[in-house]
Amino acid sequence: MGRFIILVVVLALIWLALSGYFDNPLLLSFGAASSLFAAYLAHRAGVLDAEGVPHGIFPGILVYMFWLTFEIGKANLMVARQALAVEPKLSPRLFLVPNPPRSTLGKVIFANSITLTPGTVSIDLREGEILVHGLTDELSDEAGINAMGERVVKIERGRA
Amino acid sequence: MIDWLLLRDIASWGLILLGSAAVVTGALGLVRFPDFYTRLHAAGVTDTAGAELIIFGMMLKAFSAEYGNGGWLIFAKLGFIAVFLGLTSPVATHAIAHAAWMVGFRPMLGADLHYGEDGE
Repeated sequence: MGRFIILVVVLALIWLALSGYFDNPLLLSFGAASSLFAAYLAHRAGVLDAEGVPHGIFPGILVYMFWLTFEIGKANLMVARQALAVEPKLSPRLFLVPNPPRSTLGKVIFANSITLTPGTVSIDLREGEILVHGLTDELSDEAGINAMGERVVKIERGRA
Repeated sequence: MIDWLLLRDIASWGLILLGSAAVVTGALGLVRFPDFYTRLHAAGVTDTAGAELIIFGMMLKAFSAEYGNGGWLIFAKLGFIAVFLGLTSPVATHAIAHAAWMVGFRPMLGADLHYGEDGE
């Protein structure tokens, strides 16, 4: 029931942010009704679980996204330098990093963070490990990626 | 007296130009890098820095007088676009990389860019 209420509130807020109607009672009631109906459909489809409504990862995920933005910026500069260099010094390599998060959602957040950071792409997910392709030795920073994994584990447990 | 509108316009144009530069850099890397997997990294620059910086620049412009009170609506919609772009573009990149890996396409490795033996 808790997840249902959270989903209705979030859907209503998204409806307000996208429509911008605050003073038309008819349209507001339509919005409320459609939020309720969409949440009921989600309940009927059986997706109101830890993956469908992952309220446990808030607010940690917001701090994490803010931190990830800066990591992406730094990695972008390094890749851009190689792309613009007269002679790019690439030394691609493949390496395995542990995938510590326990839930599927945490594993997806971690693998997506690796891919989102330019210079590293997650190629294959295995039992407890991710196969990563790195562009240069500098970018294939295993210690940094492991630290990122630890952060995801903290979010998963509800701590920022 | 500081002209905040002028400062905002400068910041906004700075972000948009920086984002455009990132898109061009990504495109250059896409052409110049040697194999499929390294080119994915160059495309990543366009995906992240290029798209997001241009959107942030546009978000700064959303509160212009010409949009009246509707400015925050544009701001919110651009914010949604930025978030969902960040959630979906790595999925697409991973899908392409994983498909190439599964059909047995192996990357060039090492500073001399040799093809590794099959396997890893």
